[in-house]
Amino acid sequence: MPDFETWIKFLGLVVVVSPAVLTIVLGVSALLSLKLAEETTTRLVSAAIVFGLLAALVVLAIMLCTDNRHIAIELGDWVAIPGYHFSFKFVFDRLSVPFAILSYMLSGTIGAFASRYMHRERGFDRFFVLYAIFLLGMILTSLAGTVETLFAGWEFVGLSSALLVAFFQERAAPARNGLWVWVVYRFSDAALLLAAVAMHRLTGEGDFDQLLGHGLWPDEYSTIAVHDAFVVGLLLLVAAAGKSALVPFSGWLPRAMEGPTPSSAVFYGALSVHLGAFLLLRVSPLLERSLLLCAIVVIVGLATAVSAYLASSVQTDIKSALSFASLSQVGIIVAEIGLGLRYIALIHLLGHACLRTLQFVRAPTLLRDYRTLENAIGERLPRTDSPWSRLVGGRHAWIYRWALERGYLDALLLDYTVMPLVKVLQRCDALERRWTDFLAGEASRESDQVKPHFVTIEELT
Amino acid sequence: MNAWQLPWLELAMIVSLVGSPLVSRLRDPERAYRWGLALTGLSFACSVLAWIGFDLGISSLDRWSVQPWLFGRQLFALDDLNAPLIPLVALLHFLTALATARTHMRRFSFSWSLAAEATRLATFSCKEPWPLIVLLIVGTVPPYVELVNRGRPTRVYLLHMLAFAVLLVGGWAAVESSLADSTHAPWWATVPLLAAILIRCGTVPVHCWLTDWFEHASLGITLLYVIPLSGVYAAVRLVLPIADDWMLTSIGLISLATAVYAAGMATIQRETRRFFAHLFLSHASLVLVGLELHNDLSLTGALSLWLSVILAVGGFGLSLRALESRFGRLSLTDYHGLYEHSPTLAVCFLLTGLASVGFPATIGFISTELLVDGAIEANPSVGVAVVAAAALNGIAVLRAYFRLFTGARHVSTVSLGIGLRERIAVLTLAFLILLGGLIPQPGISSRQRAAQEILAGRMPVERRQTPPPTARRKPPARAVRASGARIGPALT
Repeated sequence: MPDFETWIKFLGLVVVVSPAVLTIVLGVSALLSLKLAEETTTRLVSAAIVFGLLAALVVLAIMLCTDNRHIAIELGDWVAIPGYHFSFKFVFDRLSVPFAILSYMLSGTIGAFASRYMHRERGFDRFFVLYAIFLLGMILTSLAGTVETLFAGWEFVGLSSALLVAFFQERAAPARNGLWVWVVYRFSDAALLLAAVAMHRLTGEGDFDQLLGHGLWPDEYSTIAVHDAFVVGLLLLVAAAGKSALVPFSGWLPRAMEGPTPSSAVFYGALSVHLGAFLLLRVSPLLERSLLLCAIVVIVGLATAVSAYLASSVQTDIKSALSFASLSQVGIIVAEIGLGLRYIALIHLLGHACLRTLQFVRAPTLLRDYRTLENAIGERLPRTDSPWSRLVGGRHAWIYRWALERGYLDALLLDYTVMPLVKVLQRCDALERRWTDFLAGEASRESDQVKPHFVTIEELT
Repeated sequence: MNAWQLPWLELAMIVSLVGSPLVSRLRDPERAYRWGLALTGLSFACSVLAWIGFDLGISSLDRWSVQPWLFGRQLFALDDLNAPLIPLVALLHFLTALATARTHMRRFSFSWSLAAEATRLATFSCKEPWPLIVLLIVGTVPPYVELVNRGRPTRVYLLHMLAFAVLLVGGWAAVESSLADSTHAPWWATVPLLAAILIRCGTVPVHCWLTDWFEHASLGITLLYVIPLSGVYAAVRLVLPIADDWMLTSIGLISLATAVYAAGMATIQRETRRFFAHLFLSHASLVLVGLELHNDLSLTGALSLWLSVILAVGGFGLSLRALESRFGRLSLTDYHGLYEHSPTLAVCFLLTGLASVGFPATIGFISTELLVDGAIEANPSVGVAVVAAAALNGIAVLRAYFRLFTGARHVSTVSLGIGLRERIAVLTLAFLILLGGLIPQPGISSRQRAAQEILAGRMPVERRQTPPPTARRKPPARAVRASGARIGPALT
């Protein structure tokens, strides 16, 4: 008869392994071009969600019954050589368990919704492969006990998100937006990777327990040096800002709405957009070591909340309006984390994610819902002025334009970071051309003759 | 005697060397393909057996070896560094031959490919300086012949390779003569050697021959020539054991600049070949960065990344080649919408591309982590640059994916889907990439042993720095000739 510890470990493994198995099955099928029936895919998704969610709930129940606030499941070293080791460790505590359960619940809801919404869609299988990768990434990130595990999950979430933004791949706009999302994510991933390596250097290993010091969440406190905490914390803030679309990276969020509604709902309305806040909650003891860092977190959060509120007020499509409204709340959650209100931030995050999921899945039927409401009350819905409009006064037009341009954040990033770099590289490319032409004594680039489109295609669908 | 004791390494080389003239006599492209495939497959199988034998610690019986009879000694042998590289090089040749489309069978010379494979296997199993130098120079001939056969401009390639050959021979001659009189190689002797290595590795600003060659050669031949990273192998065998720390730092910085520059260039390219060339350059330079930092972690990371480059960037190149065989050279200025024609190819393209930039669960993940860790240990700003290069490469890969596989869907009256042979080739690489990513410990351990062997082979610090005249003593010349890799310990 297995003992109590073995059962806990088994259940914890089920929570992690369920989405991993789903990803492997759907991924290998896609790789081998094995076409699964829609019903089979839906059943596999349901089974993975049910097993994972039930196991997570049982773990939660055991934790509550036994008043055990911290369960660590160590799977041992994945790679270990002298001077380096990469271990898989999952932690079940008051932060990770609610977030994992939230991920399962919302993903399950969206999975069931998507199986109908995407019915007979050409990319049905592709959607669910990306969905499985996303779910795996969310669970890994939620339960990660080491920064390396968190980084792996973080990358899975990033890739699946970018590819889902470009899901409707027959148009160029989704692909362009997918690439923009990916660029922002790569930047934030780079910051997270550097933070991970810095944490390794500081503590000798990547365990959060070592870095975040003593106590159990939310009463943890770190003893790391203030300067070190500031550097690592700043890197983590950049990573969180990229993932959660905080200022100055907010511009990718409306672009992400190009994807199908289920993915917008689960990713940008509910889960993905909260991942940055979750990361900050996880490392909040580290943030609190530096007052300056906390102040920066609060400022970034409030700036995001204000700019997203203004932007959401002027959006003309429901998904964009919802995404900015969602971002506004995420900004407030981040500010709460900066102020050290850990429990409030967690509760705010959980409630907000559920509300937004509901709003997003109702978004395609918004007009119908409005009509139902108006029919019920027998007149048009009342239109009221914003309470802020009187405060704005003569600057109304300027603020309206600023909000419409989403704070010019995309333009700033594009004009002052991306384009100068691209121009320098293009000049280098031109120099290389001249140099090889000179050495060859003739035009050296066959690639210049390549036409924008190949010629073997007969017709456009 | 058991089967492991047969000289499998020599057999691998002999099969391709003997096979080359045999295949050249076949006029029917289909027959040449079948024989070429069988011989590269056989050579690959022999190299795998050689690797397994080495890994099990079984030494081959000298009486079965032809090397003492031919050279008077064992010239070609496996060690911790080259043992896994040789089967990977042979695998790359086999899969490239396998994935050759029928339409390209006439253009792809299986005979030259077999000859080049024999040279490459010999290069990677050779540790002695002069034979290695000769093999490296011989290895530059088939690409030149390829350009001549295709009627493409050769001057850029020829100028660079001439400089490479002259500097390599001159550099090693200077190193050897200086070691005959002193215990360390002076800077004027090692600088030409370093310059030769930098040219061969395609380091900025002497990288243009590589992008130019990608422009003009057939993609299959190009992959076989560049992907194994012969230049990096030469750096490990010839430079690393004797170079002073400041020289290694210089190479490291130049390579780092190349890695970031090439990654940036990959993001703005307007055509797939040039994009791939820059992506490859960035990865090759990252390997070189890790080697030149010469601490345990960075070296292990670089050697692991080397394996990753062969599998992931090689697989990426094969996916690109499969696309080119259907659509010709592809522009990256517009969206081509190729996903629906071949979803498998799209998935493999993405998988191999992401593996090359160190995505989790692929072979490149741990190597990139190790490399970044080692780089930060050496210098935090180097670590930041390595991460920047990896991030830019990731952006370049996804940009290319979106440009090629998304966009308006087109229909064709002929099937443009992936063929069975190409499918086997790319799926084999995909399998190895995922296997190496999910079970990384054996590979990383093997690379760590190789890193330790390399570090042990480096001349001790006091002997690499200029010692006072009284401390100098003449080394035994025979020891200098015996092995480039072990030149340091031999002097002590």
